[in-house]
Amino acid sequence: MGMTVAEKILAHAAGLPRVSAGDVVEPAVDLAMSHENAALVMNQFAEIFEGTGLEPRVWDPAKIAIVFDHRVPAETAKTATNQKKVRGFVAAQGITKFHDIRSDAGGICHQILPESGYVRPGMVVAGTDSHTSSHGALGAMAIGVGATDMAAVWALGRLVNVEVPATIKVVADGEFKPMVGPKDLILYLIGMISAEGANFRVIEFHGRAIKRMSTSGRLVLCNMSVEAGATCGIVPGDEETVRYLREEAGVVDPITPVLPDPDAVYEETIEIDVARLEPQVAKPHTVDNVGPVGDVEGIKIDQVVIGSCTNGRLDDLEAAAAVLRGKKVAGTTRMLVFPASWRIYKEALRRGVLSDLIAAGAVIMNPGCGCCLGVHQGALGDGEVALATTNRNFKGRMGNPDALVYLASPVTAATSAIHGVITDPRKGGD
Amino acid sequence: MAEVVLRLGDDVSTDAIYPGRFMATVLPAETPQYCFADLTEFNRRLRAGEILPGSVVVAGRNFGTGSSREQAASCLKGWDLVIVARSYSRIFFQNAVNLGLRLVICPAIEADEGDELEFTPDAVIDATTDRSFPSEPLPPARQAIVDAGGLIPYIRMRLLQERTR
Repeated sequence: MGMTVAEKILAHAAGLPRVSAGDVVEPAVDLAMSHENAALVMNQFAEIFEGTGLEPRVWDPAKIAIVFDHRVPAETAKTATNQKKVRGFVAAQGITKFHDIRSDAGGICHQILPESGYVRPGMVVAGTDSHTSSHGALGAMAIGVGATDMAAVWALGRLVNVEVPATIKVVADGEFKPMVGPKDLILYLIGMISAEGANFRVIEFHGRAIKRMSTSGRLVLCNMSVEAGATCGIVPGDEETVRYLREEAGVVDPITPVLPDPDAVYEETIEIDVARLEPQVAKPHTVDNVGPVGDVEGIKIDQVVIGSCTNGRLDDLEAAAAVLRGKKVAGTTRMLVFPASWRIYKEALRRGVLSDLIAAGAVIMNPGCGCCLGVHQGALGDGEVALATTNRNFKGRMGNPDALVYLASPVTAATSAIHGVITDPRKGGD
Repeated sequence: MAEVVLRLGDDVSTDAIYPGRFMATVLPAETPQYCFADLTEFNRRLRAGEILPGSVVVAGRNFGTGSSREQAASCLKGWDLVIVARSYSRIFFQNAVNLGLRLVICPAIEADEGDELEFTPDAVIDATTDRSFPSEPLPPARQAIVDAGGLIPYIRMRLLQERTR
C-alpha cells in the first residue's frame, strides 16, 4: 500500500519506513514559524523549563522564523511592548530568520517564508497561524498549531502526538475561463465540502489546472484549504516549484520534490472541471457559504480590500490594476490595498501597478495583515459591507460584529470597486 | 450536575470566542475578560461572577473553526467552562487539550440553556429533558496529554528524559 505526500513527509521526518492515516508520530520540524504571537510562545516556552534546572535554549535557532505582520507598525503600546520582548528573545537566542518592520525584510509570514526560500518540498513546517497550510503549495507538510504546541517544538524540535491525517485528493482539470482563477476554485471547493469537510485531513491537489498554475495561485489554494478545516493543502512539488524556488526565492541547493505513490490511499477523490467555474463569492458569516457572483450582484459595498496572505501577491495586484486602469473607485466605496510583502510592494511600485491603483482612488497600505483580522487599520462601521480578497468572513472578523464581509477574487473585488456594488468581473468596469 | 449557560450553533469561530481586536492580549491570566466579548450579555455575566465554574457551553459542529489563536482556549479555560459540542475544529481542539480546557465530543447533543447535564464516561445526560446522548472518548494521543496535566507538564517530562539521558 503506497503513501500520500503527507504520509511520505511525516514518515521521513519521524524516521519511519512508512506511516498511514491514524498512526501517531513525532515528526522533526524543519521550520518553525511564529508572528507577533511569539510573545505567547515565549511565555509557554519559559514555563516548560520552570523547575527543570535546564537552560531555556531553543533546539535550533536557525530553524525558527519570526515575522511581524499582524499589527505592523504597532497599533498600541501593548503590541509595541510585545514586539520589543520578541526582539529581545530573537537576539538572546540567536534566531536569524527574523523579519522586522522594514521595507527590506518585512511582509506577511505566508509570503515571506516562500519568497525567502525557507520552504522546500518535503519539509515539515509548523506555524502558529492557521494559514500555515499555505506552505503546502511548495510541496511541504505545513501544519498550523497553537502557541503551546510551538513552545514544545522550540524545546524538542519535534511536533509531538501528531495523528497522521487522511488525505483527500482533489483533481482539477480543464482551463479557467477569463476572470476566473484559483480563488474561485478554492471558494467553490470549500462551498462543496463545507467548513469542516477536510477537518483533520490533508487536501492534495492534482490535475492539469494545478500543473499549469503559478506558485502564487497554488498558495491561494493551500492558504484557504484550512477554511475547509484541512491540516494542510499540498501541491506535490514539480517543475513550477523548482522554477519558483530558483528564480523567485534564490534557492541554490538541491530541491527534491516528494510525490505520492501511484497506489497511495486517499479517503476520497474529488474531480473538478475548472472550465465550468464561474466567479465565486463567499457570503457572510461562514467561508463555506459560497455561490456564483450572480447570487449577490448589486449588493452595495462600503469597502473593498485587496491583499492578505491569500491574495496580496504581485499577480493579484496586477490583475486588480488592469481592471482599474483609467477608471475610478466608486465615490461611495473605499478601496484599501495591502501588498503581501515589501518585495511585492516595491516590484508593484516599479511596474507602475501602485500608481494605477492610486490613480483610481485606492489607498495603498503598508504590507501586513491589515484589516483582515480586524485588529489593525481599515475597521468597518456599523452595518457596513466589505468585499475582500482575504480568507475569512466570520462575524466580527473585520473589527465589527455589526458589519458584513464577502470574499472574492482580486478581479471581482476590483470590478466591484468601480461600480460600488458587487459585480460580475466578466462585465468589466464600464 | 452542570448547567447549560450558553447554547450556540454550528461553526462557532475563534473570532466569536475571542475577537481578533483583543489578540494583543496573550497571557492566559489576562484573556478571560474578553471571552465571547461580542456576546455582550454573556460576557457581562462571566465578569460579574454570575456563572459557576464547571458550567457548560453547548454547540453544534466544527466548534472553534478558524484561527490558531490560543486565547480562544485559554479564555474559556480561565472561567472553567466545559464545552459540549458535536465536533471540533482541529487546531482549537488541540489547543484546548493542551491547556486543560474540558471538552466533550457529543455528536448528537441537543440541550437548551438552563438544562442540567450529567456526564458519564460514554454519555451526556440531560437531566432536565431526561434524554441521553452518546459521547466519544478523546483520541489516545490527546488523552495522553490530558493525563499528564496538559502539554506543558507533558513536554517538561519529555525534556527532562531527553536532556538528562
